[in-house]
Parts: sequence; C-alpha cells; structure tokens
Amino acid sequence: MFDLLFRALLGGLGVAAVAGPLGAFVVWRRMAYFGDTLAHSALLGVALGLLFDINLNLAVIVLCVGLALILVTLQKKHIIATDTLLGILAHSSLSLGLVAVSFLDNIRIDLMAYLFGDLLAISQQDLYWIYGGGFIVLALLISFWKPLLAVTVNEELAKVEGYPVEAIRLLLMLLVALVIAVAMKIVGVLLITSLMIIPAATARKLSRSPIQMASVASLLGCLAVSGGLLASYQWDTPAGPSVVVCAAVLFLLAYSLPLGRAKA
Amino acid sequence: MSDNSANALVSFDNIGIEFDGRTLLSDINMTIHKGEIVTLIGPNGSGKSTLIRTLLGLQQASSGRIQRHAQMRIGYMPQKLHIDPTLPLSVNHFLGLVKGVKKQDIPAVLARLSISKLAHKQVHYLSGGETQRVLLARALLNRPSLLVLDEPVQGVDVNGQIELYNLIASIRDELGCGVLMISHDLHLVMAKTDTVVCINQHVCCSGSPQHVKEHPEYQAMFGVPGAEDSIAIYSHHHDHVHDEHGEVTQNESHAHCNH
Repeated sequence: MFDLLFRALLGGLGVAAVAGPLGAFVVWRRMAYFGDTLAHSALLGVALGLLFDINLNLAVIVLCVGLALILVTLQKKHIIATDTLLGILAHSSLSLGLVAVSFLDNIRIDLMAYLFGDLLAISQQDLYWIYGGGFIVLALLISFWKPLLAVTVNEELAKVEGYPVEAIRLLLMLLVALVIAVAMKIVGVLLITSLMIIPAATARKLSRSPIQMASVASLLGCLAVSGGLLASYQWDTPAGPSVVVCAAVLFLLAYSLPLGRAKA
Repeated sequence: MSDNSANALVSFDNIGIEFDGRTLLSDINMTIHKGEIVTLIGPNGSGKSTLIRTLLGLQQASSGRIQRHAQMRIGYMPQKLHIDPTLPLSVNHFLGLVKGVKKQDIPAVLARLSISKLAHKQVHYLSGGETQRVLLARALLNRPSLLVLDEPVQGVDVNGQIELYNLIASIRDELGCGVLMISHDLHLVMAKTDTVVCINQHVCCSGSPQHVKEHPEYQAMFGVPGAEDSIAIYSHHHDHVHDEHGEVTQNESHAHCNH
C-alpha cells in the first residue's frame, strides 16, 4: 500500500513540476483550449495504440503532435474561427476515440482511468516515462527559455530581431503534446489542462517575473498533487479529481487572501 | 533624396502588394539613406503599415523587390505593445528579450531615453508616452542601422510628440542611422524630417516636407495648410475620430488637452 502511494506521489510530483512552467506559457499565449483539444484527442491515441499494439505513451505523443500540426495548417487557411475549429477537433477526436475503444472487443480497457486518471495504478514503467519525458520537456524549456518568451511577448518584434518564430511556436506545441501524453495517466484526458492552467493562474498572483511565475506554478502543482493524494487516501476520493480540486482551492485562496504582490 | 546610392540602406523597386485580389500598394519606389529621416504619410488604409511590414519581412511583396544593404540591421518600434496581463514582465525583462542583447547594455539605453526609473516597473502599468520610449529602447538595443517606427508618437500629447521627434532626430545624429517612420500628421514631424513620402496605394508625391506640403495631391488628401495652429492639431486627431468635422473634433481635442 505504501509502495503504491509512494509511486503515485512520485509520478504526480513529476508531472506537476513540468506542467507548471509549461502551463504558464499556455496561460500567457491563451492556449488553454488548444491544450484541451490535444488532451481530448489523446484517447484516440490510446485506442490506436491498443489496436496496433504499440506503446501507448508513444501513440499518444504521435497523435497529439500530428493533431497539433493539422491545427496549425488549418488555422493558417482561415476557414473558420480558431475556437470553433478547436471545438470541432476536440469533440470529434474524443468521440472517435470512444468509438474506436468500443471496437476493441478482446481488450478490456478501463475507460474511466483514461478519462479521469488513475494515479494509484502508476507502474514502474510509467514512472520512467514521466521522468524521462519530464526531463526532456524541462531541458527544452530551459534551453529555449528566452526565444520562447520573446515569441510569447511579441511575435513581430521577435521575428524582426531574428528569432525563428515558426519553429519556436511549433516547439511549444510539441512540448504541450509531450506533457499531455505523460500526464494522462495521472489526471486523465479530461483534466490534464487543469493541471497546467490552474497552478499557473494561481502563480500569477504571487509573481513579478516570468521565471518566478513558472517556478511558483511548479511548486503549487506539487502542492496540489500532495494535497489531492492525501485527501484521496484519507476519504477514499478519486485521486485525479481530488488533485484538481486541491489546485482550485489553492487558486481561490491566492485570489481571496490579501496577497497583492502582483501590483506595481 | 540624395543621389548617393552608396549610402543607400534600403531601396524599394516597384513594390506591389496584393491581398485577397485587392491591390494594397502598387509601383512603390523609394530609397532610404544613411542618416536620413524619411516620413511616410497617408490616410488610414493607404498602405503605410503594409509597406513597413514588407520591409520587416512580416509580409511578402507580390511584385517588385526590396534591396537591402548587406550590413543593415533594423530596429523596429511597433505601434502598440500588447502583452497579456497574465504575464508579469518588468521593463528590464522586456528589454532583455532582444536577441543577443547584453544585460549591461540596457541601463545606458534607458538613461539615454531618460527612462531609467522605469527599469523595474511592470510593462502593464506604463503610460502611453512611457510605452513609446520603452519600445524605442527595445529598437535601439537591436543596434540598428535603420530605425523603423510605426507611428512613434501614438497616444502621446502634443508636447510629448515634439519631444519624441526631437529625441528621434538626435538619436539619428548620434548613430548616423537611417529612420523610416509613419506619421498621420505632417505638421509636427516636418521640422525633423528630411524626406516625406506621401502614400495612398501609390506614391502620390515625395520630397522635402515643404515640397510635399505644396503638392496638389497632398493638399487634396490633407487639406490646404491653414494659418491657425488649431487646424494642425485637428489634422492629427482626424484619423482617430474617423471622418467627423467641425465642433465634434474641437471637443475631441479639448478632451485630449484635459486628459
């Protein structure tokens, strides 16, 4: 039992530590709905992974990246408004995933675990994925921090100054896809974006610089994971949603307590 | 314009731009030289910004070509700075984002623009005039041989505008760089401009400010320059309040004064 909880905590902390800083970029660039769309499509990745018997994490990463590329292409064509496009892709890919799962007669799949996460079912192998993937994401974030931030602040200035804007934008999408693939096990496809956005939004209230906001988001995410797991252990509540509730409580606290450090 | 082509920083050769089958610009010929201040002037939708965006590589020309001097570096000052309020960012951080900038170069530029006290201020709390100077600082930190300024005095009161134009001219003197800027209004900018290019989808007229001012095409667009100064102020606000005339604009400029 202790082993189980310890693994869950280790996995959760690993995901939260990475989701925080990336979540900051998602908030700054208003990509929340984009993240949600990728997350919804992750279920289709799972179904395809099972169907073709390839590693599920890999299948999800490939699908998320593929979808991100399709999105960028469609966005450029200006066929319909971006939010409509995202809505169409999010829900049709989720439905397609659910339909595909129903075809897997011979494989029993715990749908709830994929939709809402199953923190307590984390295996040793999952931990390797989380920490391997997390390390790559963090390393990329740190080494491309300045260009990522420059492009986020003002794309035109960044372009004139010689930053490869398109490539940086693509990198950010790739990172979001990676985090979603890795975090799916923890909070499930329906709740992943919350683990990125809520700690980052909470951190905004407590920070005066981008780096500060990214690190505080990381810490708050870890706090939410610990609190959620504790609650789940204490009251036998579902682990994933408990983590998200905990993050939301932290958000409410930060914005209702007179902390006011974000002022000039 | 000078004939000295060795001093040319950038030349537009027959630039034409079409978008969605609509012609935005056609047959634009223009050269900017080292140490020269060129002001683009024209009504809203005349293609001034489009032309600048083409120079910056943010937009493709449909025809013609732009010849750039091999060592030309552009410092760009956009019209506005929109930074998402969820992004905490001080002026120092914002300026530190310039590609290849050294942290120790920032204080000198801030001091030159008399905004040293803004270094630690959050960008969201800057006033219009402060924002313009911070944007100018960012353009300067890119070590430009050509400064491209898209309406550098937007959101600044008349005194501040004159101050900013003087500042731009003295920076040109110090760096010997070329300056290309967009302006709505010739009256305030003309003392500090070498060449004016009046644009309305094509080049209507160009030359010294005095020459352009007397040109019939310019006068058709902006009216015959009147004796009263109030007219000059009015013509600046003209585009912001669209095509209203008379008393309404009078109120408008009073509102600006009281601001």
